[in-house]
Amino acid sequence: MNLKSLDDKSLRRFKALAFLTALIPLALLLVAAWQDELGANPIEKITHETGYWTLTFLLLSLSLTPFRRLSGANWLLRFRRMLGLFAFFYACLHFTTYLVLDQFFDWPAIAKDIFKRPYITIGFTAFVLLMPLAVTSTNAMQRRLGGKHWKRLHRLSYLIAGAGVVHFIWLVKKDLTRPLLFAAVLALLLGIRVFYRLKARF
Amino acid sequence: MKISGKSVIPASEITPRALFEQRRHFMQLALGASAGLLAESVFAGEKLPATLSEAYGLTDKLTPLKDVTQYNNFYEFDTSKEGPAKLAGSLKTRPWTVSVEGEVRKPKQFDIDALLKLAPMQERIYRLRCVEAWSMVIPWLGYPLAELLKQVEPTSEARFVEFVSLADPEQMPGQRKPVLEWPYREGLRIDEAMHPLALLIFGLYGEMLPNQNGAPVRMVVPWKYGFKSAKSIVKIRLLKQPPVTSWMQAGPSEYGFYANVNPAVDHPRWSQAKERRLGDFLKRPTLPFNGYAEQVAGLYVGMDLTKNF
Ligand code: HEM
Repeated sequence: MNLKSLDDKSLRRFKALAFLTALIPLALLLVAAWQDELGANPIEKITHETGYWTLTFLLLSLSLTPFRRLSGANWLLRFRRMLGLFAFFYACLHFTTYLVLDQFFDWPAIAKDIFKRPYITIGFTAFVLLMPLAVTSTNAMQRRLGGKHWKRLHRLSYLIAGAGVVHFIWLVKKDLTRPLLFAAVLALLLGIRVFYRLKARF
Repeated sequence: MKISGKSVIPASEITPRALFEQRRHFMQLALGASAGLLAESVFAGEKLPATLSEAYGLTDKLTPLKDVTQYNNFYEFDTSKEGPAKLAGSLKTRPWTVSVEGEVRKPKQFDIDALLKLAPMQERIYRLRCVEAWSMVIPWLGYPLAELLKQVEPTSEARFVEFVSLADPEQMPGQRKPVLEWPYREGLRIDEAMHPLALLIFGLYGEMLPNQNGAPVRMVVPWKYGFKSAKSIVKIRLLKQPPVTSWMQAGPSEYGFYANVNPAVDHPRWSQAKERRLGDFLKRPTLPFNGYAEQVAGLYVGMDLTKNF
């Protein structure tokens, strides 16, 4: 198999595989819930897992362009939409967990959180910013917006990932190891892009 | 809530409520213990006989042993909740001595087995409120710290008590990371430390403390956030000046010396108004001083608790 180019049939298979793989974290969470294995604080566990996978999928979706640059495998870009939409999917689960399981529609408390707790403020901002990207992810919307506008809008994904990392940094009590790991990956991905951009200029 | 403090009640006088409470307590202990024993092997606790201190009984439902011993904040082992139960096997709790020193007339090193016999062992059911806004209800075994402090005769200069936990990265792998300044240090004002609610704890659920819960000896100060109750204590120092605790060093704007449970004073990054009792779906309102205001609010009259958080 030639990794640089992929025929349509293999691409379709790969996509189906990627789709199913992306559902594994959710499946594991459901199995754990079913078997009562979410630990002493299941709601916290679900919040953490869905938040973790939201951020992971955001970074995965941002990693395809740099990987294509490094590998020359153009087909990688065909997975961007799916990974981005999975980020949105897990973000919806994450927010729903917060809204229903954690706060149980306690609107005053939620409003207070969004306006007063910086980690919620920035997480919520990231979530809201993901919405227009999800809505404009279809081919039809891409055409309607026109390539240039669409591209500009979807640059928000860097900002969203950055906000997600800051959300994580602000919410941990003391041990910053895990959020800083995400920050390092994001910095690396952005670094590769900057490198290629500078290289193209000079 | 207080239950009648009488220890011997003639059968004729037992009210249905008292009977209910006693049965309920017994069944909760039995249920909680069996749920825990089914699910874990780390808990190889020896029995620790104690008398139930009825004055400190609670009608709140006990948190199952499994949760008490598998959901821990004990950064000396790991910063995850599940980590301590998995990693605490490396802690050696014998031999163990606790040195009590500083502003005292009779400084002394206590062997852990001597400490176990120093005063009658009591069982008390306390609420535990974590600064992270979750809570548990735990049947602890121990006796008031005051019993120990009396033995060393604090001088009139002793105004504060500092608790120092074990520092040994070989036994406590989490200490290889500089998450906090090791050893873990906590502190109380002397009147807080002498308060009858402040306990020196050796066991829970009828048995010796599991390592991940702070074996072989820890503090439990139920009206303060959990981190105030130092675990695996090796030194207790009586001081003239307030000690600087590990959490105060880690985040002076977030963790104060007092750390009394207070729904009106939020953590700078999250609300303290409500808490999730483990096992419950809905959050419940947090009570001032974790429900122990009647007993301890007097310690803080005239103090601005927003400033002295
Ligand atoms: C794109 C948006 C978001 C991303 C990438 C994200 C990511 C994360 C991550 C990585 C965690 C920590 C997971 C762990 O510890 O393993 C987390 C926790 C959390 N997130 Fe989000 N999040 C987002 C949006 C939101 C929103 C909109 C809310 C609520 C309004 C929210 C509320 C929370 C809460 C309550 C926690 C747990 C905090 C704690 O345990 O103290 N997040 N999130």
